[in-house]
Amino acid sequence: MTMTDVETAPPAGPRHDEPLGATRAERLSALAQQHGALVTLVIAVIAASLSFDTFLTGDNLENMALSSAFLAVVALGMTFVIVTGGIDLSVGSLFALGGVLAAWGSQYGTVVALLLPLAVCGLIGLVNGLLIARSRLAPFIVTLAAMLGARGILLAVTDEGSTTYLVDKSTFFASLGQEKLLGVGVPVWITLALFVLGAVVLRRTRFGQYVYAVGGNEDAAALMGAPVARTKIGVYTVSGLCAGLAGALNAAWLVSGVTILGSGMELEAISAVVIGGTLLTGGFGFISGSLVGVLLLKVIQNVINQIGSLDSAYQQVVSGAFLAVVVIAQTWLGRRRRVL
Amino acid sequence: MSELTLGRAAVDRDRLLRLLQDYGVYLGVAVLLLVNIAFTPHFLSAENFRTQAVQVAPVLIVALGMALAIGSEGVDLSVGSVMALATSLISLYLGYGAWIALIAALVGGVLVGVANGALVAFIGVQPIVATLALMVAGRGLALVLLPQLKDVRDPGLRSLGTGDVLGIPYLVLIAAALALLVAFVVRRTTFGRQLLAIGDSRPAAQLAGLPVRRVLVLVYVLSGALAAVAGVLATARLTASDPTSLGNLMELSAITAVVVGGTPLTGGRVRIGGTVAGAVLIQLLTATLIKHDLPPSWTQIAQAVVIVLAVYAARERGKR
Amino acid sequence: MLSASSLSKTFPGVRALDGVDFTARAGEVHALIGENGAGKSTLIKVLTGVYQPDQDAGELSYDGRRVSFSTPLEAQHAGISTIYQEVNLVPLMSVARNLFLGREPRGKLGLIDFRRMHREADAALRELGVRVDVQRPLRELGVGAQQMVALARAVSVDAKVVIMDEPTSSLEPREVRTLFGVIRMLRERGIAVVYVSHRLDELYEVCDVVTVLRDGKVVHTGSLGDLDRLRLVSLMLGRDIGDVQDEGLTKFSGEHDAAAEPVLRAEELTARHQLHGVSLEVRPGEVVGLGGLLGSGRSETAKAIAGALPTDSGRVVVAGSPVRTGSTPAAIRAGISLLPEDRKAEGIVPGLSVRENIALAALPGLSRFGLVDEGRIDKIVDTFVKRLRIKASGPHQKVGELSGGNQQKVLLARWLAMNPKVLLLDEPTRGIDVGAKAEVQKLIDELADDGLGVLLISSDMEELIEGSDRVVVLKDGAVVAELTGDAVTEDRLMRAIAATPAGGPPVE
Repeated sequence: MTMTDVETAPPAGPRHDEPLGATRAERLSALAQQHGALVTLVIAVIAASLSFDTFLTGDNLENMALSSAFLAVVALGMTFVIVTGGIDLSVGSLFALGGVLAAWGSQYGTVVALLLPLAVCGLIGLVNGLLIARSRLAPFIVTLAAMLGARGILLAVTDEGSTTYLVDKSTFFASLGQEKLLGVGVPVWITLALFVLGAVVLRRTRFGQYVYAVGGNEDAAALMGAPVARTKIGVYTVSGLCAGLAGALNAAWLVSGVTILGSGMELEAISAVVIGGTLLTGGFGFISGSLVGVLLLKVIQNVINQIGSLDSAYQQVVSGAFLAVVVIAQTWLGRRRRVL
Repeated sequence: MSELTLGRAAVDRDRLLRLLQDYGVYLGVAVLLLVNIAFTPHFLSAENFRTQAVQVAPVLIVALGMALAIGSEGVDLSVGSVMALATSLISLYLGYGAWIALIAALVGGVLVGVANGALVAFIGVQPIVATLALMVAGRGLALVLLPQLKDVRDPGLRSLGTGDVLGIPYLVLIAAALALLVAFVVRRTTFGRQLLAIGDSRPAAQLAGLPVRRVLVLVYVLSGALAAVAGVLATARLTASDPTSLGNLMELSAITAVVVGGTPLTGGRVRIGGTVAGAVLIQLLTATLIKHDLPPSWTQIAQAVVIVLAVYAARERGKR
Repeated sequence: MLSASSLSKTFPGVRALDGVDFTARAGEVHALIGENGAGKSTLIKVLTGVYQPDQDAGELSYDGRRVSFSTPLEAQHAGISTIYQEVNLVPLMSVARNLFLGREPRGKLGLIDFRRMHREADAALRELGVRVDVQRPLRELGVGAQQMVALARAVSVDAKVVIMDEPTSSLEPREVRTLFGVIRMLRERGIAVVYVSHRLDELYEVCDVVTVLRDGKVVHTGSLGDLDRLRLVSLMLGRDIGDVQDEGLTKFSGEHDAAAEPVLRAEELTARHQLHGVSLEVRPGEVVGLGGLLGSGRSETAKAIAGALPTDSGRVVVAGSPVRTGSTPAAIRAGISLLPEDRKAEGIVPGLSVRENIALAALPGLSRFGLVDEGRIDKIVDTFVKRLRIKASGPHQKVGELSGGNQQKVLLARWLAMNPKVLLLDEPTRGIDVGAKAEVQKLIDELADDGLGVLLISSDMEELIEGSDRVVVLKDGAVVAELTGDAVTEDRLMRAIAATPAGGPPVE
């Protein structure tokens, strides 16, 4: 861009490098970007609880929290990827693969049940990262291939999808999905812990700074000495690990490795991240927003289910429309700010 | 660049690499054909060729639109959902006659294309995201319109799906005609030239006064319309509307065909011949694996490997 | 401190560096100059670890030891910092994060200590005379201030060598002075500075030693004071001094007739934050220069006239009839053609051939029913390739493979094929080598002689003064002066620019 800022004539003295005062509209749009999803979530929750008696019940909330948890973990990894300006379409397949591997591995104990999906999905994420960062292939095509490949591996592991591995309910692994702590399911606690960890990593570590730098301006980041390739490899590995872990937790919850899960999950995760205020063009975003985005999607889904008369297919229509609206708003807000 | 110090060997290697990128897909098709002729029983039969061609036709038609989208430095992920939408619309409007149903399906595809194009061209949303939104919403809409599988009993549609001329199925003829048409559009029309310029450098195209928005909208409209045609043909062949599964992963197959065919993801170039060969290559690969009793899991893994290889090969050109 | 001996670097098909010897000594400012394609950027990239030199060809030594840097990070850790021509920072990140990326102060648990980071960032910038809120995103700063952040970043590492690649190209004169102050400070601290620039005045002001590169080879190295300007230019060009003197430094001929009715009239063009009521006129056969500093609104004025920048108010009139503003196609139809400043990104379509590039804008006129008429295109392309002396291996060569000068000529051809009435040229000779520069300048002259109205923007003051019949001077998005006739001189121009608050550019 050849955008040049016209500085207003400075008063005498060397103070000419003040930032151009942020206008009110600009500050407002920044606020909307950061907290729009949260405000919408609050409104949606209030509206839903006023409209449906069944919304604010313990069972319903628990269900929503649990089903949000798995998606949220996937979205957590996706946030890292999207902040670098990339995209990971393989997470749905990795989620399913992680579940199947965990269920199969659970017969050898909890350690295997957790480590096996992490190892395999992390490895696939690593390969994604290597192809994207070292061979410089387009992220969407690489991860699209990985989505297909992971689905293939899943089929190969399950005798072409005909075998469903079950998790013994008495194992410690199953309790990770089944038990409650202070009235809240263990997966929810694990998810919250992961989000705190993720937020610290993204905001407060050098790796996190590199993630933003790579997404903000890759060439500059490289020239500033940021390890661009390693950062990218890192985020795709993180995304693979998160998807695998989410799958494993989901298998513990369902006490089986369901083979047909996860299709379309990549879209849900991307939607959640984008709705949460992370820019798809990279360089800007936050972990907490992705959690809000997941919750918002799940509340909308829940409301559509509550209405009952509506077919569940409306969920997709609404999610798609919602995604479009958010992206339009983001583009529009982004443009307004760039005008400055 | 000065070519004074250009080494002979470097030129030759360079040229060889470029040849391989441009024509590797044809080589791949030839190799697969030879392998099959040698090792697959009953491969060399008119019946088999007809089956393969009928299967590849819808993928190819979708891939033609995808090639245009990729040539404009975009992508259209909504094509599979458009096929589903088309099949739902056919079932819904078949009561008013086959022609009305056909038109309804096409209008559906065009409208999705308009929405995609508007998001991309007027609002400036990245193509992946814009078409992702329509991919989710389109499939949902298809299911809202037609919640479950429905038989399509219409003699006209049936003959479209299964009939032939001189032994060549209508499906194949239509796909071939569309491929020629799109190739002509790319090579010889103003729209085609402008599309390539926009794909190569959008700011330059804009400052050169090209109608960038109109061209981009038209690209996605064509992609949507072609996907709808593919949906109609698939419905006619299956004699059923199945909005749940029709067109699933079609975007992936189409992108694969285009990319394997040597159209770079970076835009500015569209290779229709390569796209046809790319679609055939994927089809042959799948058929080969199936005929030798390898499970579907292998097919998927093999396809994944082919995609990565194709993009990897194209990468060299992008770096120049 | 940092030295290279018989260093070579070959890219597929091109030998960018050929046995280069180069030594940057501590406490010395070393100018590195050469035409485009001489190998300056390649040398810098080899010195900073972006590229690796060819195997078995020379060596790099640093601080007395033989080294090889495989990444920019390694070079940075070793104490070699670089500032690039375009600001190479991350606009969405805060100033402080940009300053400290990769070496953030860390507290307990290895987490970043933001309070310390912000404090130190503020201190580092104050030292350079820049006061900004370091927690704001970088993109909210002006280009000059961003460059100062880059400089602060380069200096604040314990650098032993600082490499500056055309650091002043986007700076205000005031900022240039600050920069020079910093360079002198670095020199006193015993740091080796490598300074790349096209601006001779700057070199003589701040550099001690000079190395001239041409075609990947060192053609001269030695004290700058012992070398007069003419000799320096002739070394860069590889031409005899006589040639250069005879023809002057630019190839423009005399003045043009300026009595006719204006072919272009821009009235009160206003765009928020960018233009404030800019009016100007261009007559047929006249070259009107647009003077002013970076950010004064020159490119914006050209873009507004060409419909590429939306305006809030104002009119553009071509040959008596008003043109709809804010629409590139409308402006083009009216006969306005713009050669944009950023030729590579906004001008050429690199992957398409010379032929397609020339025909691009004229395409609808060369088609019937949406079908392209190949014969007519061939004819037009042939005409312009000859007339503009475009050097390409053929009409089907990709434009991306041509030299800068020939790319510019292809763009000129694209617009001339439209039979324009007005040509807006934004930095038409920037970044193209001196030979081609003279040719493009001569072409502009010829075109004006043919009756076109030309609006010329150039940061090259000599080019602007010699090439223009009149000069309209912009400042902060408004017209502050108009120089005509004998008043078109560098001196008057600089006075016009520097009129109100003092601070002319450091040019003799």
